[in-house]
Amino acid sequence: MARYLLLRIANYVVLLFIAVSLAWVLAQTQLHPRQLFEIRNPPIDPVSVENILRAANVSDQVPMWDRYVTWIKGIVLHWDWGSTPGGGDVGEEIGRRIWVSFRLVTAGWLLGTVIGVTLGAWTAVRQYRISDRVVTAIVLLLVATPSYVTGEISKMIATTINKGVGFQLFLFLGEKSTGTLPGYPLAELVDRVQHMVLPTLVLTLLGLAGLSRLQRGLMLDALGSDFVRTARAKGLRENKAVMKHALRTALIPTGTYFAFQAASLFVGATYTERIFSFHGMGMYGVDTISKQNINGIVAVTAFGGLCYLVGAILADIMVAFLDPRVRLS
Amino acid sequence: MTDFRIAEEPELLEGATAPIVATSKRMTRGQLVRRRFLRNRGAVIGLIIIGVLVFLALFGGYVLPWQYDQRDTTQYYKPPSAAHLFGTTQAGFDVLAMTVRGLGKSLIIGFMVALIQTTLAALIGSSAAYIGGWYEKAWLWVIDLMLVLPSFFLIAIVSKGGPKGQYAWLLLVVMLAAFGWQLSARVVRSLSMSVKEREYVAAARFMGLSTPRLLVRHIIPNIASMLIVDVCLGVGYAILGEAGLSYFGYGVQAPDTSLGTLISEGALSTTIAPWIFLAPASFLVLLVMAVNALGDGLRDALDPTSQSGGQA
Repeated sequence: MARYLLLRIANYVVLLFIAVSLAWVLAQTQLHPRQLFEIRNPPIDPVSVENILRAANVSDQVPMWDRYVTWIKGIVLHWDWGSTPGGGDVGEEIGRRIWVSFRLVTAGWLLGTVIGVTLGAWTAVRQYRISDRVVTAIVLLLVATPSYVTGEISKMIATTINKGVGFQLFLFLGEKSTGTLPGYPLAELVDRVQHMVLPTLVLTLLGLAGLSRLQRGLMLDALGSDFVRTARAKGLRENKAVMKHALRTALIPTGTYFAFQAASLFVGATYTERIFSFHGMGMYGVDTISKQNINGIVAVTAFGGLCYLVGAILADIMVAFLDPRVRLS
Repeated sequence: MTDFRIAEEPELLEGATAPIVATSKRMTRGQLVRRRFLRNRGAVIGLIIIGVLVFLALFGGYVLPWQYDQRDTTQYYKPPSAAHLFGTTQAGFDVLAMTVRGLGKSLIIGFMVALIQTTLAALIGSSAAYIGGWYEKAWLWVIDLMLVLPSFFLIAIVSKGGPKGQYAWLLLVVMLAAFGWQLSARVVRSLSMSVKEREYVAAARFMGLSTPRLLVRHIIPNIASMLIVDVCLGVGYAILGEAGLSYFGYGVQAPDTSLGTLISEGALSTTIAPWIFLAPASFLVLLVMAVNALGDGLRDALDPTSQSGGQA
């Protein structure tokens, strides 16, 4: 087991290194931070522009290989992911934004998973009945609706409700209010909850749509399998056969999916961040590209890749422990 | 799998006392697939919706009362009315005409991306399975590598730095397809693994057929049903992917429009003029739903092991 996992991890490390290097080459060749300074008025002295770009290791006048070596050395020797042409530190910025994304995504992810699995299993048991058809139709609609549409619509409905009740019940600008809060107890907590309701709702809907479809299919397979029929034939009550025999088996692949997604919580949800003005990882990725911040976008890519691979390893471990059919030797 | 024998409903002969004779009729695979497909109501509705949307995108300019570049100088920022079914924009343009124009671009991008990525998946997946060895290992490794990279950001980088102009959207098509074939290629590979063990493949090989020909003539046709479904679902993913990139301004660039760019423009004025946002958004959702329903229906109809219920 340990040997298998170590080999897997070694393979992933090599994979991640090459992937990030490719992203670095792509960003260095496609983005042009010099343009940022060329449009300034009054114009800046080209020599000082060159110095700024060289300080950030993004000058296109330095040979590519030299820039690459400098970049790798910085990461390996000092864990320094570089700086923006303006001088900000990329690592610091990411360290802060990871937690913004985490706070934004966690609640919606958990709710979406729980509701999605429950709905999927429940509709599978009630296949082709009215309740199954209604839920399946709603899920089909949700699967086809991207999160920016769900988000905008939720904001429109919330605005109407706010007008209806006469005060700002739902807030949707960032994580918390910036001004002074009213004096009642737990005001800060209430304020945060008011901000979190809509993004959490959007992320929950997004999560439950995909997951309930997956779970319904898995559960249908399990319900039709021989061992569940055997359990029923031997006199087990239907409830018990469904819960203990069918659901338990059908949860194994969902468990891996869950583990796989866990790491991506830190990468955030780009559209939801944009709609509700959260300054998390997803928006950092978008902003770095529009601001020609090469070191920033490469770091975001590296972090995204790392999360993907951590998720993959977690999923591997889950499969190895949960599924008796997987033999590692 | 080509000839199913279907027992028809027993016909009562005239006189009614004669023994019931079950007549049987041969049914071609095409008939079987058609019958299974038509039984799936969702898929049929999906197909009709796609047909209507494609018709609108192609001939909307002739059918609709307003053109996308035609101003109605009496109607600014007006909600839906009889004259303008989906209302007008701030500049007096008809929202329906604009949406239909954006729909056309989204459809073209969706179909092109889906066709390219499924072709890539079919060629790479089946050749990896058939040739095996280092060739297969190398491709599996490339697939892993591309899945690690967050495709959204990489496409955005290329879109930001890449060439601009009238044909910039073709680059978007290439990039979306380049990051879209990996998971399908894995499925194609595992399906081809079992196909390549069949005797007729060995026979073809011993007759001296070249590898590319063998792949195209003998292996890929046997996984055609999976590929058809893959194209169909790929259209949905590609349209959503393009719309998502356009939402951040990294997709289709002005003066071109797609559903994504219209949605992102409409999102700016949802409080004053929600119809500008709702029209392209509902077209997008309707289109993706229709494509998904069609894909699911095709899967049930084409899959010989499908338990789509009913007879045959």
